[in-house]
Amino acid sequence: MLTRAGGPAGQDGEIAIRNASFPSPFVPGLEYSAPARGVWNIVHTGMLLPEAHQIFVCAAGCLRGVVLTAAEMGAAERFSTIEIQEHNVLDGDMEELILDGVADILAKLPKRPPAVLLFTSCIHHFVACDLPRVYRELARRFPDVAFTDCYMNPIMRKSGLTPDQLMRRQLYSLLTPKPLQMDAVNLIGNDLPTDDSADFVRLLRESGQTLLDVTGMSSYEEYQTMAASWLNITTYPAAQAAGDALSARLGQTHLHLPQSFDFQEIEEQLHTLARLLGQPAPDQRAAREQAIAGLQQAKDTLGDTPLLIDYTATPRPLGLAKLLLEQGFRVEAVYLDGVTGPEKAAFTWLQEQAPDLKLRPTISPLMRVAERSGGEGMVSIGQKAAYFSGGRHFVNIIEGGGLHGFDGISRLAALMTDAYHNEKDARSLIQIKGLGCGCCA
Amino acid sequence: MKQTARIISTYAADTSGVCSALYELGGMTVIHDASGCNSTYNTHDEPRWYDRDSLVFLSALSEVEAMLGDDRKLIDDICATVEQLKPAFVAIAGSPIPMLIGADLPAMAAAVEQRCQIPSFGLAATGMHSYLYGAGLAFAALAERLVEPGQPNRNRPGVNILGLTPLDFSVNGSAAAIRSWLTENGWQVISSWAMDDSLEQIRQSAQAQVNLVVSFSGLAAARVLQRRFGTPYVVGVPIGQHFSQALLEHLRQAAHHGSCAYPCGQRETTGKPVLTLIGESIYQGSLATALQVDLGLSARVLCPLETEAALLAPGDVIAPDEDRLLPLLQRDDTVIADPLYQPILPAGCRFLPLASEAFSGRIYRSQIPNLIQAPLDCFRL
Repeated sequence: MLTRAGGPAGQDGEIAIRNASFPSPFVPGLEYSAPARGVWNIVHTGMLLPEAHQIFVCAAGCLRGVVLTAAEMGAAERFSTIEIQEHNVLDGDMEELILDGVADILAKLPKRPPAVLLFTSCIHHFVACDLPRVYRELARRFPDVAFTDCYMNPIMRKSGLTPDQLMRRQLYSLLTPKPLQMDAVNLIGNDLPTDDSADFVRLLRESGQTLLDVTGMSSYEEYQTMAASWLNITTYPAAQAAGDALSARLGQTHLHLPQSFDFQEIEEQLHTLARLLGQPAPDQRAAREQAIAGLQQAKDTLGDTPLLIDYTATPRPLGLAKLLLEQGFRVEAVYLDGVTGPEKAAFTWLQEQAPDLKLRPTISPLMRVAERSGGEGMVSIGQKAAYFSGGRHFVNIIEGGGLHGFDGISRLAALMTDAYHNEKDARSLIQIKGLGCGCCA
Repeated sequence: MKQTARIISTYAADTSGVCSALYELGGMTVIHDASGCNSTYNTHDEPRWYDRDSLVFLSALSEVEAMLGDDRKLIDDICATVEQLKPAFVAIAGSPIPMLIGADLPAMAAAVEQRCQIPSFGLAATGMHSYLYGAGLAFAALAERLVEPGQPNRNRPGVNILGLTPLDFSVNGSAAAIRSWLTENGWQVISSWAMDDSLEQIRQSAQAQVNLVVSFSGLAAARVLQRRFGTPYVVGVPIGQHFSQALLEHLRQAAHHGSCAYPCGQRETTGKPVLTLIGESIYQGSLATALQVDLGLSARVLCPLETEAALLAPGDVIAPDEDRLLPLLQRDDTVIADPLYQPILPAGCRFLPLASEAFSGRIYRSQIPNLIQAPLDCFRL
């Protein structure tokens, strides 16, 4: 008989890590959505493609969230919709609906965009819409526009690549092949710029490489220069599929350097990059000592202040918890709903060395009614930790916050110190969609 | 029709309407959907989400569960959560994929009701109708199942307010102002569907002599209550001095004679209207009438949402999308609408913003006025 994965969470939803199972510490069920909105969605990410226009083809209920995302970004002029109605499902005219709708929208736009991100949805999958025919026909009718297939099909999130992974992959699918240049490197799949001071960025610059990142680009032409880079670096886990796809299609090399809080892994990452660049292994002792010193300074300030960490702040929340515990911090709890493969070593270490560390879910219905006032006197790293604890002292970052390597650890330590000293208006800040994208609401 | 919108927004969908209608009543609403409906609802369509707990959850439907028709998982998940959180009732709202695969939501609700012994409803939202339809389904279910038989109080006339959600009235005091207006004019508010009130009060709704329907979402419930208890209803929002007085008279007449009335749609215009209002038919029709009788400004309503002929005055038009709205807007019009309509207005149009949560969500929330019993000078030309 099959049984559900997940451990024996308490009435308040939390579980001690010693009792948690990998990779699913909690029993799945109905899901709650906490009002911490900083993580980017597919609209935010799609807007990174300069000058491109987004067209979503969905039911009204699905359009609502994305159209208002665009409006809140102040990017409504780069966003259009085609609404699927019940009769379209019954009539079997889904392909014509898309073709006619796209033609109508392109005719109405004040200026023809160089590229269109065309998003189809769960319904298209279920009615077996002939999407290859749609894209062939669009390419024939509009040869001056580059179309790419994007997806808002969350029903497929457990069946291969998630919509987030697909979006990060498709963002680069319009790069057209060029001869590769050995002095240009792309940073692929991040929503936010990576700090210039990051260890690997400095190594690239010191090696004479130009680093290209779509987060800082302003024209479609500039975006196309990324096709000539010989190396793609990804740091965000959901971007790996993008890097792999570019390797297969453009022959670029892909190197995944995930954000890590493990000193040995960080050093190995830089050694790997140096080898690829044909450079000697960099001496990282100073950077490492600086990171440790930064953490100690933060520890001197925070003392035994309890820390809360959530998975939206970093893809490696358990790795961060491990590092902070090793450095003498008091980590109270980690908010997450599952444990990813790269976190297994940290998970195991924590089970053995910090068995009382609490894991708390973020989507469990119990979290809707959980007490949210215990966070005073605590420092949270991440928006969901701040929300669930009710605290006002928090590090407001998402998706790793652009921090990387030893430099990233030093900077995170400084952010923790700042959070300890300074209150933030959590209620206002965490409800902004797409932190760093310029949303106004 | 190409069903396109080059730039304007999309109204909140029926799934959000269900959740919004039931938010304050102590039940548990489950949106049967993969992902997105719940976060869209509580980010853009629900101003109460941060500060006021309500049990609104997502089924997290997956491809495999949809393909296999695995209703059992949802029923088990709901029952497990009912056991933990003890809601007063359960509502299961559909979305596009459950509609597509023919998920039998009433049957699932019946199974939940049998196992958990609490009232449960399956509501046929599809994500393809507006919030008015969804909230209407929810209110009608309450009217059908939870309102207990009762007799009106002969000594003090009682009234229910039907169709109140933040999607039409925001959280700017409008709901309380409607209640105050009724109370100050001698009416006892039996229940308010469903802001600032409890499920217990809604159960007592049969004690009212008349129902006041303030949005299209309340109309279906009004008709259920009329069928079950013979309660007549009057349709309109108390905006402006003279229209509010007329509304009171209609309420008195309805209570006395048992006849229904649609004063929001009883507006006579001659010639080209000076003002064009875009939005929900009952609210905008009431405002249009108030502007006409209080300020002498003739007005028409362009309704992009579900409505009925009786709610529209001569000259009002149903225009559900950009294609049908555009030809109706002229260069010399003065338009009162949500700010997200402004980009499609012809050059030269005069624009007076009147934001609606149902259209622009939270973006202009702080600018949504409470027009109940308020002066209408801001619309004076």
